Amino acid sequence: MRIALFVTCLNDAFFPRVGIATVTVLERLGHTVTFPAGQSCCGQLHANTGYPDPARVLERSTEAAFAGHDVVVSPSGSCVAHLRAHTRLPVHELSELLVDVLAVTDVGARFPHRVTYHPTCHGLRMLRLGDRPRRLLGAVRDLELLDLPEPEQCCGFGGTFALKNAAVSGAMLDDKCAHAVATGADYLAAADSSCLAHIGGGLARRPGAPRPVHYAEILAATGPGTGP
Amino acid sequence: MSRQLPIVAVTPFPRAAAGALRDAQLRANLGRATRTIRDKRAAVVAEVPDWDRLRDRAARVKDDVIDRLPELVAQFARAATAAGATVHHAVDAAAANTVVTELVRAQGVDRVVKVKSMATQEIGLNEALAAAGVTAVETDLAELIVQLADDTPSHILVPAIHYNRGQIRELFARRMPGFHADSDDPAVLAGAAREYLRRTFLAARVAICGANFAVAETGSLVVVESEGNGRMCLTLPDTLIAVVGVEKLLPRFADLGDFLRLLPRSSTGERMNPYTSIFTGVTPGDGPRRLHVVLLDNGRRRMAADPVGRAALRCIRCSACLNVCPVYERVGGHAYGSVYPGPIGAILSPQLTGQDAGHNATLPYASTLCGACYDVCPVKIDIPAILVHLRQTGPKPAAERAAMAWLAWTMRDRRRWRAALRTARAGGRPLRVLTRRHGGRLRRAPWPLSAWTAHRDAPLPAAESFRDWWHRTHDS
Repeated sequence: MRIALFVTCLNDAFFPRVGIATVTVLERLGHTVTFPAGQSCCGQLHANTGYPDPARVLERSTEAAFAGHDVVVSPSGSCVAHLRAHTRLPVHELSELLVDVLAVTDVGARFPHRVTYHPTCHGLRMLRLGDRPRRLLGAVRDLELLDLPEPEQCCGFGGTFALKNAAVSGAMLDDKCAHAVATGADYLAAADSSCLAHIGGGLARRPGAPRPVHYAEILAATGPGTGP
Repeated sequence: MSRQLPIVAVTPFPRAAAGALRDAQLRANLGRATRTIRDKRAAVVAEVPDWDRLRDRAARVKDDVIDRLPELVAQFARAATAAGATVHHAVDAAAANTVVTELVRAQGVDRVVKVKSMATQEIGLNEALAAAGVTAVETDLAELIVQLADDTPSHILVPAIHYNRGQIRELFARRMPGFHADSDDPAVLAGAAREYLRRTFLAARVAICGANFAVAETGSLVVVESEGNGRMCLTLPDTLIAVVGVEKLLPRFADLGDFLRLLPRSSTGERMNPYTSIFTGVTPGDGPRRLHVVLLDNGRRRMAADPVGRAALRCIRCSACLNVCPVYERVGGHAYGSVYPGPIGAILSPQLTGQDAGHNATLPYASTLCGACYDVCPVKIDIPAILVHLRQTGPKPAAERAAMAWLAWTMRDRRRWRAALRTARAGGRPLRVLTRRHGGRLRRAPWPLSAWTAHRDAPLPAAESFRDWWHRTHDS
């Protein structure tokens, strides 16, 4: 299958390894990935911060960049939710593409670590990803999946909320980090690099805390003793 | 009246919230209380197999009400008048307070009893009565606690949620005449309040209430409460004055059924409400001899004209959204600067007052848009969508506006975006070297990014962007 990747602006600039992992998984499964170069940002940041006009410009430019593509995938729950609400693009979050469209849960990955999964708000309540990411992780060889306490609680990122209401965001982050540490996991996985940048930035200040990882990076891992 | 309405935030939300966060006792009280109600609600909602259909139906009924407000207001007024009530129309808080104050004065009393009511909180009725020399005694236990403490409510349903029982016992000992218990057992505290209130009920000649529902078809009012104090207020005094927001209307009596199933499970986590009083006009020899209904607009018709924001008028004040909100749970109700706190308050207060009132324009930003509120709302108000709508229609700082415009201009063109990525990468290079020992993350950044690094490390632009990697590996 020919699959067009919407990597997201954040991954493009800060976390290219998440885009690379997405390409790796899909190519390993025998699919052809394309990367329309006209893409940048879906407009979510602008829309949610209160700027509908620039948001519309970016929604339209994203739509134009992917015109003619039948299957679009993105490793970001919140960007997929935004594109689904504001464009007609046939866009799938990575776990939706794998489980629903390609009908695979075992993507041939091996990740010999203890992992806990945080279902981000957009994945949980807007896309209703349900247990898709956990099913994918459950099929990874040598991976031990540990339950995160109060998983459905928001981590406190919320886009510009993290700056505009930094104190509240920090208090929510404290609780999320404490829950992550309590699992004793080596890694905390999630489906959104933005939430992970926030949670990971908090975990980095706690000795012995799990390391942040996008679940796509886990699905891409195969070698013995691999880590992203 | 120049006094600020109790739905206008006098402090920007971020500052008020940061203050509240420093109160460890408050956070502990709130965390425990919201978790308890949240779990109770989830359990009883899960018992109802057609919950989602009920929500859809209720939302449709409320939308119909919002569509036909003037018509249903007139229909209610006709029916209630025919049943012996006197109906008044108040365009705003000042008008409502004037009507009620004059009605109380006409009875020659200086003391009235009150049933818990958000509409009277919204208009600051107690303060208006006090200014006219009339003492209003709150008879709902939690409202009484808040009143004795000279405090303001911090939750729609549980106004004293920010107190624990030890604090309540201490308050009763200081402020409640005749209180002499040394236990903080909830039953003992409730017993003391009951004794104090019983004397008050028997002496009262005028009561003031709100209404959860007003049925246009019959002119009936419905008051839903769980302590029985409401029933006392609604039946004992000679004169009853009800202050009712016009959005409380339901077209038909038969519509009540769905709402009486949705409300208790969503609010208190009970299957059925303990005291539901439905009354229509006056009945000789039974209950009050005079019933006055003050139908309150106070910004509601203006709200009804906003195609997105109007859905907030569906609200039945259950407060389920407060109990699941991660922001509310941590900062409590006072940070919102309004008697309507939490997610629903963040969309109600700025719409009722207009976003230029006080710091109400900061309220739509008091959310991560996590969506937990929308999931539990019994009338399916898409609170996150309305929060975004209010952000998009509200005032914005000039510097932020310029930054957002520049960002969109850069991102919408592939050459500009690629150049920006390369600039960021080059700018990040020395920082990547400096922060190598710390995993390539930034611990401290200058303003405005200091708001980020105050609480977490910041990532740096990658050494190679994704598109450069793609170009190197796939474009040859």
